[in-house]
Formats: sequence, C-alpha cells, structure tokens
Amino acid sequence: MEEFIKVNDVFYQYESFDEETDAGYALCGVNMTIGRGEFVAIVGHNGSGKSTLAKHFNSIYLPSAGEIFVDGMDTADDDCLFDIRKKVGLVLQNPDNQIVAGIVEEDVAFGCENLGVPPKEIRQRVDEALRAVDMYDYRRHSPDKLSGGQKQRVAIAGIIAMEPECIVLDEPTAMLDPKGRDEVIDTITRLNRERGITIILITHYMEEAVLADRVIVMDSGKVLTEGMPPEVFSQVELLKRHRLDVPQATELNHKLRSCGYELPECVLNAEDCAQALYELIKGMSL
Amino acid sequence: MGRNITLGQYMPGRSVIHRLDARSKILLLIAYMVFIFMAQNFYALFLMTLASLLVVLATRISLNMYLKSLRVILVVVLITALFNLFYGNGKVLFEWWIFKITEGGLNNAVFVAVRIAALVLISSVLTYTTSPSDLTDALERLLKPLTLFKVKVHELAMMMTIALRFIPVLLEETDKIMNAQKARGADMESGNVFKRVKALIPVLIPLFVSSFRRANDLAMAMECRCYNGGKGRTRMKVLRFTRTDLFGLIVSLVIFAGVILCNMYLPQLVR
Repeated sequence: MEEFIKVNDVFYQYESFDEETDAGYALCGVNMTIGRGEFVAIVGHNGSGKSTLAKHFNSIYLPSAGEIFVDGMDTADDDCLFDIRKKVGLVLQNPDNQIVAGIVEEDVAFGCENLGVPPKEIRQRVDEALRAVDMYDYRRHSPDKLSGGQKQRVAIAGIIAMEPECIVLDEPTAMLDPKGRDEVIDTITRLNRERGITIILITHYMEEAVLADRVIVMDSGKVLTEGMPPEVFSQVELLKRHRLDVPQATELNHKLRSCGYELPECVLNAEDCAQALYELIKGMSL
Repeated sequence: MGRNITLGQYMPGRSVIHRLDARSKILLLIAYMVFIFMAQNFYALFLMTLASLLVVLATRISLNMYLKSLRVILVVVLITALFNLFYGNGKVLFEWWIFKITEGGLNNAVFVAVRIAALVLISSVLTYTTSPSDLTDALERLLKPLTLFKVKVHELAMMMTIALRFIPVLLEETDKIMNAQKARGADMESGNVFKRVKALIPVLIPLFVSSFRRANDLAMAMECRCYNGGKGRTRMKVLRFTRTDLFGLIVSLVIFAGVILCNMYLPQLVR
C-alpha cells in the first residue's frame, strides 16, 4: 500500500502556563505510517495521547520534536498548510461546536467557500456530500433541530465537500447515542469502501475499532501495539494491563478459551462468537 | 425554553416579497422608513400606510403574525400618542384644568400612532421574509465599500452568523446548567430581585467557561476547513438582482413620487 501519512518519532508537549511544573509529554516518540485508502483505528484510554496525535495530522498542532509528512509534505511547513488541510479533514468530538452556519447546506458549503471554489461547483459538491452522508433531505434544516448523529454526519459532509483524501475523526461518536453511533460508523465505513478515502478513526469503543483494517493501540504517548484487529485483540492480557477493554464477545471467547474450551484464537463480534459457541456445543453433544 | 425559539422570526415562503433579493429588501426598507418620516400630511401618510399594508398582504404571511408585532409596541404607541395629544396649536377642542386638547394635538397623536404602526409593519416584513443568513450575507455585501475605511465587514458578518447559530445552543446549555444547579439545591425562584440575580451567578460562570471551550473548538473546526478570513472566499449562494427587484423598485419609486406630490400640493397638517 502506498504510504500516505508518515509519523516520525514525534514528541509533543502542551504549553504549560505554570513555569514551575513541567506539563510532561503528551506524545513521546510516536512512529507510524498510514497507507492511502486504509481504514485505521487508533485506540487508547483517556490521556493516552490519541486525540493529541489526531490534531497533528492536519497541522493544528505541530510536533515539539520529530516530524510528520502528509503525502510528502511536512506539516510544519507553513506554505503547505492549506494543501495539507485540503487533503486531511478533521472531525471533532462535539458535533455542536463544529457547525458554523445556521442552515445545514450553508455549513457544508463553508469549507468550499474558504477554498474559493466557484459557486456552481460548491452547489454540486454540497449536494453530493449531503447525499454521501444521507442527509440530503435535511439540507434546508437548522442544525439545532437535528439529532447528535445527524449533526455529526453534517460535520462529516462539510469535510467531504472539500474532497479530502483522508478524514481524521477524533472520537466522533463519544457524545452520541447508540443509534447515532451506528449512523456515523456506517457512513465512515461506506466512505472508505466506496470512495477509497483514508480513514483514521480515534475511538475508545473497541466495537468500532474492530471494523478497521488496522488497529493502533496507544498508551502514555506511545504506540503500544498495532496490527489487524484479530492480532491486536487476541492480546487480551496486554490490553487489560493497560486499562483497555476488548469487545465483549472477544473477552467471553478469551475467558472460555482459558478455561480450556476449544474455541478459535480470537473472535471480534457477537455473530462470530455465537457461531464458535454453536460449533463447540454441537461438537460436545456428539 | 430554548427549543421553541424562532430567531429573527423568519417565515419561509415563496411570495414575491420572499423572492426579492435581500439587498434590495434592506435598501427599500430604509427608503420606506425615510418616506414614512417625510410624510407631512395625512394624504402622504395614508399613501405610505396603504403601501405598507399592500406589502404586508403580498408576503402572504398570516396577519396574526403582524398583529403580534404590533401588540408588542402598543404601549409605546399609546404613550407617545397621549403625550402628543396635549401638544399642538389650533382650535381648542377640550379643556380641563391644565389639560388642553387642541386640533393640532389630536392630529399629532393620530399621526404619530399611524406612523409608528406603519414603521413596525414594514420592518416586520423584512425580518419575516428574509432568512437570518441571507440578511447577514446581504449586509456584508452592502457594507463592503466600508472595507476601504478599514472596517472589518467580513469579520462582522461572520460574527453575526456565528452568534445567530449559537444562540439556541447556548440557551439549551443555560437550561441544562440551571437544572444541574437546581438538582444540587440551588434556589432560583424565590427571594427578591437582588437575590434572584445573585442566584444566577452559579449559572453564568459555567456558561462562560463552556462558551470559551466551545469557541476554542469552533475556531479549530474552522481552521480545519481552511478558514482564512474573507480573502479569496467565494459563496455558494449568489445574490442576484432579478426582474422582481426591478418591479419592486419601480412600484416603490411611484409610491415615493406620490408622497412627494402629496407633500407639495396638498394642504399641510395643522399642528
């Protein structure tokens, strides 16, 4: 896979307003590469540095040491700023705080307007982006009247309209109810599959991380482990030691396995788990 | 609270007035107001009031809405009319103690009342038929020449847009904080005015803190979407003067000419 984002030994320290105390490093030596068109989930508990890292991908934050390249451009290079932000869009956690205009379609148009896209093309892009997140019917509504999941999809549409190659989502579902969460995750996976947009999903819901091509686990500002979801989630002990959860189905499977039952090494979702148990019980009754 | 707030009281529709360009609406509103003030006799004022009423009818918005906006200023109208009643010259119609009602005073009272009502009606038309976003957009474009004098027109319009967007959000937040404080035993409904104002402090402080946090988030979200001020920015909706605007302009000019003629050739009002 072609390399799209390269994170090279990045350290980041938040500015401390108190001279005496040292704020410590939020990121200490992060290395990772993200391929073009890949769907990567970054997981970690609160304070692991995952959100801080997310804000590095489109140069909202600049590394204190180390460097990040987006499609060959250094995020610290001021001349590349707009090119980088055009390529990498960021969706934040709180849907309310990232909607600028009082009407859905005008908000979606905001990014394109900033880029100086001609009005007719903005119209096309906005309509298309709203269809992509399935919010076209709401284009004339006020954002206040929408549910959390709908607002978050509008925020995603606002990024899509700028035609980015990569969308970084910083805990986009943390403030949503289960229905809204499903809507957003469905939208993200669809965008990744149908349009080949690179997705970096920052989350602490392991059920969401399972859907990714690759999972990167972060802990205290470092990459703890990474790999395909089955590889990562089979290390149940390691994750637990770092105060991280695994999907419930995975945990059940793991516990039963450690009791000596013959089950697959790792299952990721309820269906697989049920299937494995079914096979096990069928085998036992024979 | 919060949920049912209608901002700017915009009522969507497809009437002629709705279809007018927001810029022409603002400019025509100003012209109408000027001419309502310029009317010097009942003929001219009647003409302007009639014109306002016709515009109101042309919006096809329920008259109840306009009555509502008139009701709001009813007290102001009555007080102003009352004061004017005792002013003025001419034939004395009624006299009691120090109060003296003259023909001029009566004229003044009616004149002022009708004038204010007409002003309110015509300005309601603008807010009822123009969406807040069109309004800010139009203002930004109309005020554009002021950029020559280093007035930050785009920034002002942006601030207005964001303010309009966040009023309902902050109202909802206030509601939540108030409930949270009530749940902890805060008493906001009893006591005198001072006590109640003081009881609002535990609401205002969290509201301010969260507003700053929101502002920080919003600024970041705007930066993520390449916001860089007004320079090089395009707009999705292009405001365009159409035949409707030309029609509106011509009709208005005829009315204004009528007012000038009335002022010049018909008898002045006794004051």
